[in-house]
Amino acid sequence: MPAITFDQFWSWQAAADLLPELLTAFVKVTLLVTVVGTIVAVVLGLSLALITQVTPSVIARPVRWVMDVIRMTPLIVQLVFASFLVPVDWNLLWVGTVVIGVHYSTYMAESFIAGIGSVDRGQWEASRALSLPQARTWRAIVLPQAMRATLPSLGNWTISMFKDTPYLFAISVLEMVTVAQQAGNNTFRYNEAFTIAGLIFLVASLVTALAVRRLEKALVY
Amino acid sequence: MTENLEALRDALPRLGEGVSITLQLTLGGALVAFLVSVVFGLLSISPAAPLRWLSTIVVEFFRGTSLVVQLFWLYYVMPLFGVSMDAVLTGVIALGLNYGAYGAEVVRGSINAVDKGQWEGATALNMSRVTRMRRIIWPQAWVLMLSGYNNLLVMLIKGTAVALFIGLQDLGYQIDELRIDTTTIFAYSIGLLLYYLIALVFSFGLRVLEKRARRRLGLPAGSAHASAGAAL
Amino acid sequence: MPPVIRFEGVQKKFGDHTVLSGLNFDVAPGERVTLIGPSGSGKTTILRLVMTLEELTDGYIWIDGKPLTHDRRDGKRIRLREKQVAATRKQIGMVFQHFNLFPNMSVIDNVTEAQVHVLGRGKEEARDRGLALLDQVGLKDRAEEHPSRLSGGQKQRVAIARALAMDPKILLLDEVTSALDPELVGDVLAVLRDVADTTDISMLIVTHEMQFARDVSHKVMMFDGGQIVEQGAPTDILANPTHERTRKFLDSIL
Repeated sequence: MPAITFDQFWSWQAAADLLPELLTAFVKVTLLVTVVGTIVAVVLGLSLALITQVTPSVIARPVRWVMDVIRMTPLIVQLVFASFLVPVDWNLLWVGTVVIGVHYSTYMAESFIAGIGSVDRGQWEASRALSLPQARTWRAIVLPQAMRATLPSLGNWTISMFKDTPYLFAISVLEMVTVAQQAGNNTFRYNEAFTIAGLIFLVASLVTALAVRRLEKALVY
Repeated sequence: MTENLEALRDALPRLGEGVSITLQLTLGGALVAFLVSVVFGLLSISPAAPLRWLSTIVVEFFRGTSLVVQLFWLYYVMPLFGVSMDAVLTGVIALGLNYGAYGAEVVRGSINAVDKGQWEGATALNMSRVTRMRRIIWPQAWVLMLSGYNNLLVMLIKGTAVALFIGLQDLGYQIDELRIDTTTIFAYSIGLLLYYLIALVFSFGLRVLEKRARRRLGLPAGSAHASAGAAL
Repeated sequence: MPPVIRFEGVQKKFGDHTVLSGLNFDVAPGERVTLIGPSGSGKTTILRLVMTLEELTDGYIWIDGKPLTHDRRDGKRIRLREKQVAATRKQIGMVFQHFNLFPNMSVIDNVTEAQVHVLGRGKEEARDRGLALLDQVGLKDRAEEHPSRLSGGQKQRVAIARALAMDPKILLLDEVTSALDPELVGDVLAVLRDVADTTDISMLIVTHEMQFARDVSHKVMMFDGGQIVEQGAPTDILANPTHERTRKFLDSIL
């Protein structure tokens, strides 16, 4: 291994020049995609979970299969696929965000289904013994309890989604890692660019993970 | 449709090459990930605190910094140290480290999920730490691990598509090539189905392993994650 | 007056396993009937059928002379629509072995939830009624607390209040003390004795507490293998059982 000095490897000047640019991309794209993607994934995931739980199997089964295919195939390929399907003048940032949201909705749906399944059978029976209507049983009894069981895993999927945002690189959306790569191309300071990008991810996911752990504790009955 | 099918037939050899690259990344990545997960999973339950800290730092680092960033770091930055790797190897190492870090959590969680009575029983028989782990705890934890590994393996297969970012001609790349001669929907439906099949096959393989492991422990065939420890 | 509950040729199968076959019995208005017998004899299934938690495979259950889930028209057995079933079911309440309180609601919300959303009572009215019932079971001061902070016996008293809040005609008690620590059983039984003394709610009771059965019930029915082995006044059945199986069962639980 040819010896390189620290100065050759790392320039504080280059790092300082890159940081604002990368942070801007992080806030404007990565965070935005994560927040909007999470909203899409939660709403769609809950709807999918309910569809598979309350509809007859002629509907529930095909839905489940499509969910499986989406969940078990690469997000990157899905992003590229979607980018070719939409009209050329559509904003790929939004297309990508929706695709990421849809992809993770299949994971969240699985978590919701597991959460609904974890609600004690006695809760359904007590609701029936009190003659609560179906809709009220779902809304007031089952879903609130399922939510508690599901929230931590939703949090983990959000962290996961957040770390997948660099996949947007595949459809040329200028998110943080793309910006880092372009900066690398221009200045040949790849190491500073990717190291900073990695550290930003690390800090952000550690903070989120801590928040999820807090949430988990707060949710115990 | 006929044109699509003809184009597909002509593209079969290239699709095969793409599948081959994807499989190399999958198998290589899974092997590295398995080793990483066992080493750091065991370190995370070590009685020596510094080893536990080391494990936590490594695991959190690779879980926290995003696969793409790690891949780019290996691909663009390592050559500065004079380490130039072939692109497939770069992909294998990035996938292995990233999913291995997740796997370490699976190993730790599964070992911890083994009934405490098993630890105490083995200790009461004056087994050494190594014997206790190897003969008593690990075989029971292994059953639990396999279902966690199953999920991770599917994620790893999906993760191999990052090969696109370092110029590898994997399945994802070849689908994009196929698209030139067919409709977009056709090419990508074929591509996603191929990925789905690969994931199904690997997932099935791990479930067979899980079934065998459960049989060896005399457990019922169904996957009853939490009850496995208590049932013994 | 028609019987408040009538079982007519009731059959219940779980897959190939027959739990009840051709079961007939009546419960008169205001009557309290205790079902005894070894586990697996179908007692709990009877309660669950009345609550419509299980669907009977054949036969009829009549509540106040009206069909519960199946009606007979022109000699044919017809499943009623869920709306009709629900209307009848409103008169029936149940207390479970494992309480089944709603853990996402406070004690008082557990007691008011169905009053508001099933009976359509106003929130104030439901709350007043709920507090009065919690007072009756000795837990008025715990109304705002979370169920997880209560002991098993207290939870079960809340569950009793929750069932009574619906002003049921029929109350089903399914091994309500079986999941409790022995020292907590007394409080729950005292509450139920009070309910028995002060109301004319008909009750179907499954219990292993023979003293309680003797004190509150008008009739005891001994079950084995899904059949009634013998029935009669509690003093007769519990003190002088005529059947060998009843004697064996009573010996085994004392």
